[in-house]
Amino acid sequence: MTTDTTTKDTTVGQTVLDARGVTMRFGGLTAVRDVNLTVNSGEIVGLIGPNGAGKTTFFNCLTGLYIPTEGEVRYKGTVLPPKSFKVTAAGIARTFQNIRLFANMTVLENVLVGRHTRTKEGFWSAVLRGPGFHKAEAASRERAMELLEFVGLEKKADHLARNLPYGEQRKLEIARALASEPGLLLLDEPTAGMNPQETRATEELVFAIRDKGIAVLVIEHDMRFIFNLCDRVAVLVQGQKLIEGDSATVQGDERVIAAYLGEPFENAPGEEEVAEVEAAEAKAEATTDAAPGKENDR
Amino acid sequence: MTTQTTAPETPTPATGAPTGLIGIPEKAGRALALGGSVLTIISTFLAWTWTSAFPGDLTVYGYPGGLQVLVLIGGALTTLFCLASYNVKGLGWLVPAGADAAIKVAALATFTTTWYTVIAISTDLGGLVNLEPGGFIVAIASLTALLGALALPFERPEPDPIDPDDTGWELFKYQVRHKRESLKAALASGTPRRVGTLPSYAEILIIVAVLALGLTVFTYGIGTEYDELFIGFLIMAGLGFAALNKAGLVAQASQITARHQNITICGAFVAAAMFPFTQTDDQYATIGVYILIFATVALGLNIVVGLAGLLDLGYVAFLGVGAYAAALVSGSPNSPFDVHFPFWAAVLVGALASLVFGVLIGAPTLRLRGDYLAIVTLGFGEIFRITANNLDGTSGPDLTNGSNGISSIPNLNILGFDFGLEHTIAGFTIGRFANYFFLMLLITAVVVLVFRRSGDSRIGRAWVAIREDETAALAMGINGFRVKLIAFAVGASLAGLAGTVQAHVTYTVTPEQYLFAGAIPPNSAFLLAAVVLGGMGTISGPLIGAALLYLIPNKLQFLGDYQLFAFGLALILLMRFRPEGMIPNRRRQLEFHEEAEAPTVLSKAGA
Repeated sequence: MTTDTTTKDTTVGQTVLDARGVTMRFGGLTAVRDVNLTVNSGEIVGLIGPNGAGKTTFFNCLTGLYIPTEGEVRYKGTVLPPKSFKVTAAGIARTFQNIRLFANMTVLENVLVGRHTRTKEGFWSAVLRGPGFHKAEAASRERAMELLEFVGLEKKADHLARNLPYGEQRKLEIARALASEPGLLLLDEPTAGMNPQETRATEELVFAIRDKGIAVLVIEHDMRFIFNLCDRVAVLVQGQKLIEGDSATVQGDERVIAAYLGEPFENAPGEEEVAEVEAAEAKAEATTDAAPGKENDR
Repeated sequence: MTTQTTAPETPTPATGAPTGLIGIPEKAGRALALGGSVLTIISTFLAWTWTSAFPGDLTVYGYPGGLQVLVLIGGALTTLFCLASYNVKGLGWLVPAGADAAIKVAALATFTTTWYTVIAISTDLGGLVNLEPGGFIVAIASLTALLGALALPFERPEPDPIDPDDTGWELFKYQVRHKRESLKAALASGTPRRVGTLPSYAEILIIVAVLALGLTVFTYGIGTEYDELFIGFLIMAGLGFAALNKAGLVAQASQITARHQNITICGAFVAAAMFPFTQTDDQYATIGVYILIFATVALGLNIVVGLAGLLDLGYVAFLGVGAYAAALVSGSPNSPFDVHFPFWAAVLVGALASLVFGVLIGAPTLRLRGDYLAIVTLGFGEIFRITANNLDGTSGPDLTNGSNGISSIPNLNILGFDFGLEHTIAGFTIGRFANYFFLMLLITAVVVLVFRRSGDSRIGRAWVAIREDETAALAMGINGFRVKLIAFAVGASLAGLAGTVQAHVTYTVTPEQYLFAGAIPPNSAFLLAAVVLGGMGTISGPLIGAALLYLIPNKLQFLGDYQLFAFGLALILLMRFRPEGMIPNRRRQLEFHEEAEAPTVLSKAGA
């Protein structure tokens, strides 16, 4: 099964992210209600749910873009400050559902911006240009180029971010997020709009990131991608966490199927059977596809 | 016979062989262009009018004067391009991007300047009778050259298919569009060859030559004595530059300067420092120093607007704070403080006062984004002016002497060098304004240094990131508020720095010098216009924009009350046709002209 291969070689133990009772209300609307979620080091955790379930809102609560109405989020034991740049400095990096690159900066500059929290050179250092400045700048560039190589964009370092094709923009976003040397990476739909090959490549990339010792929390609608990738999957429906567990548990859960496919009508003949068949099919498909996929990832 | 741009390998099927805009055979057209421009050159040595009533004295046979010189330059340029198109040996370097488009624009430049002159003579003096034969000859010669040039063939674009359902109006629009496309194609030039690596001394010599040319043009422009000459200068300089651009020389020059950026910048400062030595009296050094003040402040604003993307409409207030601070400690009898700081201390006080104001104003306002920030800064700019007006002892504590301002600010004296006196350096007399010109140049250098270095660093990248996408920048760990506040404070203190010199140059500091919009730059609207007009995020852009925005109202006195109207019109036209400004930042150019075959690779030479 999927979980076996991934947990074997990494030390799951230390809790990286610990969200307790996170609730987010906008006026009368409760977008996220009392969600608990933990992510351990070396883990890839998936977050799925129908559109509008509150996944991205939950992400924004984690990264300080929103301040949760109730509950708290701890990163490695300390409560996160309610400012997104401080969250990044603490060690949580993220990508965005709709790509938010600095379109008119070069690829390399984008990654260098990601290094912001890990460098210190201020205004005076920039103007006076002491030896420390050049050293730090060179180190930053080197690190940024390493990351570009890691995602496979090193040849396009001087291109403008806006001119990259879609898939590469997603990769660049990941490289930019990694530049802040995070302990936890939040990916918001990293394969949206990608073709199967690109999805496959992204999968490899996420595994490679996990192997660097970075925990990953990923939102995705591509179930195959999620069940291939994740050690645990949490399902969010209408702002509440429905279930959390390994892929088999989640796929088999009736409430999840209902949330995605809708409840059968009371007296609708045959609907139940149809749902069952579909669920079984989905399960069969996911498991058969997952099995060979996993072997390659090792 | 032909050049690169003519003679396409595959003639477009729709239009057949390439033809010119005018139905003259190509050979004849080229000959006409050459002949016309040679004749133009000759006729500039003739008298164009009989009386010296028209300024510039165009009555003398034998040597050209005033506008005739401009026409002579245009004619010479056209002739050279024509000769280069005949593949005359030794002139090939003139047209790296093909000669034909350059000939067309150069001929247009000559024609426009000539006809402007001839028409100006006729209207000024009342009738065509005031033209001497030379005037008629030059008019016809330049027209001939233009007609010949327009006959040069070019590759016509294929017309879009016509929609048969089009109504008359749509058909008309279609035709206009096609005409415009054709015109564009007629003036299109090829891509210039890349400059091979020359020995570095040769490249540096080229840079020196380019800078010398720039200094000459600028000095000539500042020194123009009457409206007609200045307009002629603007036409000739603008279209002449366009012609050089079409020839591909501008692209090659910028490639070379990009290779030696530091040398170019140092050279530019040396060239600027030469300016007072080209002048015989202090008259134009005055203009020079005011342009420098204006340009320096515009460059400071460019950090705030161009890099960090914070639209500041009250920026001139920081100039005012610096100027007032320097005036208060200058030992002026109107100052309530009876102190006379040395210049270095006054500079520190001015810059620090502006810094404090920048932080005070920035801290509450920088939480706003976009237009709201613009509105609030506009308000703060006015608050500064009104406060300075009211701190006169009656409606408030006596600090600024109210609307009378602080006057009789003494001249600077640095290490025994009295800025108020004339000095003789190497046989050149350097007057008061020239002294301040040198000081101001130093301040400009500081601002350029700060702009360049901070722009290309961690903090500069953070500014650009904030401008591009604030949410994403925050998510990258950038403390948006702090970084924006730094931009605001840096911009403010640089303006304050300029203000300290301004106070001494103008003798008097009054609140009315620091308006939002007024006839005399610098004011907030003109500062922003200089940045936008010149090119946001670049160094040379605001400098050139400021020079133009100062010179044009200063030289064209007849504009008078219509000055702001003309200014607004010019801005609208610029925003329509060249939104990235005169000197485009590489990034901006890509942003606004996405459909163009923009280079995907952004080379190191950013600005």
